[in-house]
Amino acid sequence: MTAPPGAPDLETRAIVKRFGGHAAVAGLSFAVARGSFFSILGPSGCGKTTLLRMIAGFQQPDAGEILIGGRAMAGVAPNRRPVNMVFQHLALFPMMSVAENVAYGLTRRGVARAETARRVEAMLERVGLPGAQARRVHELSGGQKQRVAIARSLVLEPTLLLLDEPLGALDLKLREHMKIELKQLQAAFGTTFVYITHDQSEALVLSDQVAVMNAGRFEQVGSPQALYYEPLTPFVAGFVGANNRLAGQATAVNGDIVELVTPQGLVLRARRRGSIAAGDAVEAYVRPEVALLARDAAALPPGHPVLQAAVDSLLFDGANSAVLLREARTGLELRVALPQTGQFADLRVGETVAVTFDPERAVCFRSGAQGG
Amino acid sequence: MAEARYPRLMLALLLAPALLWLLGLIVLPHVELAVLSLRARIAPRVYETSLAQYRTFIEEPLYWHTFVRTAVLSVLATALTLLLAFPIAWTIAKIAHGRSRSLLFVLCLIPFWVSETVRTLGWMILLRESGVVPQALVALGLAATPPELLYHDATILVGLVYTSLLFMVVPLIGALDTLDDALIEAAYDLGGSGADILRRIIIPHAAPGITAGCIVVFMLTVGNYLTPTLLGGKNSLWFTEQIYTQFITRFNWEQGAAFGFLLLVLSTAIVWAGLKLAGQRFGDVMRRT
Amino acid sequence: MIPSLPRSPAQRALPWGYAALFFAFLFLPLAVVAVFAFNDAPYPAPPWRGFTLDWFTGGGRRTGLFADGPLLHSLWTSTLVAAWVTLLAVAVGTTNAFLIERARFRGRAALSLLMLAPLVIPGVILGISILAFASRVAQFADDMFGLELDFLRPGLPLVVLGQFSYIVAIATLTIGARLQRFDTTLEEAAWNLGATRPAVLWTITLPYLKPALLGAAAISFLMSFENFNTTLMLAGAEPPLTVLMYGRMREGASPVLNAVSLFLMIASALLALVLMRGGLRAPRAP
Repeated sequence: MTAPPGAPDLETRAIVKRFGGHAAVAGLSFAVARGSFFSILGPSGCGKTTLLRMIAGFQQPDAGEILIGGRAMAGVAPNRRPVNMVFQHLALFPMMSVAENVAYGLTRRGVARAETARRVEAMLERVGLPGAQARRVHELSGGQKQRVAIARSLVLEPTLLLLDEPLGALDLKLREHMKIELKQLQAAFGTTFVYITHDQSEALVLSDQVAVMNAGRFEQVGSPQALYYEPLTPFVAGFVGANNRLAGQATAVNGDIVELVTPQGLVLRARRRGSIAAGDAVEAYVRPEVALLARDAAALPPGHPVLQAAVDSLLFDGANSAVLLREARTGLELRVALPQTGQFADLRVGETVAVTFDPERAVCFRSGAQGG
Repeated sequence: MAEARYPRLMLALLLAPALLWLLGLIVLPHVELAVLSLRARIAPRVYETSLAQYRTFIEEPLYWHTFVRTAVLSVLATALTLLLAFPIAWTIAKIAHGRSRSLLFVLCLIPFWVSETVRTLGWMILLRESGVVPQALVALGLAATPPELLYHDATILVGLVYTSLLFMVVPLIGALDTLDDALIEAAYDLGGSGADILRRIIIPHAAPGITAGCIVVFMLTVGNYLTPTLLGGKNSLWFTEQIYTQFITRFNWEQGAAFGFLLLVLSTAIVWAGLKLAGQRFGDVMRRT
Repeated sequence: MIPSLPRSPAQRALPWGYAALFFAFLFLPLAVVAVFAFNDAPYPAPPWRGFTLDWFTGGGRRTGLFADGPLLHSLWTSTLVAAWVTLLAVAVGTTNAFLIERARFRGRAALSLLMLAPLVIPGVILGISILAFASRVAQFADDMFGLELDFLRPGLPLVVLGQFSYIVAIATLTIGARLQRFDTTLEEAAWNLGATRPAVLWTITLPYLKPALLGAAAISFLMSFENFNTTLMLAGAEPPLTVLMYGRMREGASPVLNAVSLFLMIASALLALVLMRGGLRAPRAP
């Protein structure tokens, strides 16, 4: 039984889960559109694993409802939900071959041998492991095990596929490769993916929608671009992507622009987010790539406050190179991305540079602001 | 993590065999034994509660003498077993590697897969007057006539030690295995001598294994029947023999029960003392063996 | 001391020299038993009088192993008892392991300690206590209901129960140790893939436990076969092999006992080989 067209594949309504006196999940309501890749991003302990296990059915919410494909899941056992899960450590069955692993769900359902074999073969081909049926689990590489775990779940054609930080155990290069593979697999199969991770880079690259979770609540739900360019709360601004956090006090508010002064007396301007009044304690966030560098202040575009800073250290990382600056007068630290043109490749520690940024591209929140 | 909180029925089903076993084969039988031991027959088929059985034990020199002797010899046997087992456990755990190590370990196991009767038969053939060793002694000119090597206390000790070796070796290997070679190398590097390292590093580390081994060996030895009676003959004076005599030969179940309880108390007391001495917990020690 | 430290040639040879002496000591009695199974003499004692298979096949006035009725019967009895004990011990050992490792209930810790108690009770005491209790129950049944419960008299059922009472503790430890190391997310994954609870147990958990189950079975069989103290107290008219051998040894051993011993040695070695193959390695191997 499928949900009416246009209905979300997953919907939660005010679900709550408490452990002892503490709410791991505090009244979450959200919906995931069919065929989309939805990520839940948050630091360890924010409750995302609990949320996932409730959707899978391994834990029951204390309040609220979970609907999958339009059907309420209250009281439905995990093995009866149209949901499959890729576990954090994959949980491949070591005593079975690859084919037996992938076929497991089909066999439980009583699908005929010949049909099972056919589907297993087709699925292994689609995940890029043709002919691997007879291999043993311990013979596989990390990436291959991932693919078997995914194949094992997708062969059952679930409404929803849950993925619990599946790339955590892989080393960097493999992880980058698997991110692309996952994205392609999701697009090819069209299954709705719900993916939890603490790695914001994964969430941004893979997802159609991302929910940033903190202490049992969603701070913001939106497209990766929205989260990156238009964060709604200080937490989101700080968690998604690298960001310079500048704390201070608002001295003037002109329409959308807030003027603030840091404790050391540095004057800055940034775009206002939410309501801010003069005199409020505020936090401004400037992304490393938003700031502009020049050896001579005259080379910078006019109209914005210019800071003089000394180079504290150089962080060479190929195209991601950055420089740590220390503002001359106040000692404020700033991380600025080096342009990829290689313009500043000969920058030396101790050199003085001029820095500026467009206030429109920096955001400012009232300190302690919580999003909605 | 999904805790298997079993539904009531399942829990009851799982508990049933365990409770049947523990209650029916362990707890209640021992209660019965206690009850028996506190009975005295004053007339045919008439019994009264009394401490008569225990009084007999204390008053009759043969009984408590045998008891003490059994305990002392068992302690001695345990100590000897430890001394003999330690070097071989060391060799297997620390010096041998790979296949030779597996081989040595298996070699240790093999004699213990055959019954104690077979092993004791072997010792009888070796040590009795017409046996191999005395004949060899005569052939080598070390004795005029074949000496009777059976039926001595030393013979019993040899038999007991032999039978207990495996149960000392296994826990020792387990304990020594976890000793990081780097600790010994570091001590040596800092100027420690062999004896010092043994005393201050190896033995403290192996203490749990030594305790486990000693407890098991003592228990097996004190409760052994076959080896002392066959190798010690009528002079064996082993306490388990007394129990057997009372229970089976004389059908004096009350007396036998009292003796049984005394043996149990001795065994338990030593186990408890050994655990306390080494600061170990019962469950952990048992799982090592 | 250890290979990485400098040792003189004497020090290096010492452990191996000791090992050689140790194993010589260890195997001497067994070797002697084996050798004298073939001696052409009425008693298992030197001197050597020639090779013969009489003690196996029989010849002249000698009853060989294969003709010795009571001996063969006791061999069969021992096997039967061991089979039963193994079956019961592995079955109950498995339920115990699940009970201790998985279930949550008050008194679980205490129960798990109590399960270890049979291991510290001398076999003799296990024997007499069960004998006494069974007798009491039989008496009660007779007095109350007029039932003649034969299986409670000294005999094979009691022998099985007596051996079972402590062998099951060893089986529980063996199986429990393996169950403890089981990764429960495998069960969750199977459940998530649509298996019912019983199916998860059958297709995932039990196959994982198989090595421990086989190991426990082998150990149980061996321990049952060679048990003496408990069996002695509980045996009735049909004594298992160990009790029979003991009886004969006291009266004066005949080389037939050597023959049956050799037979036992070979059988144990074979069983051990199967065990080795099955994965029981020296400690510390994964």
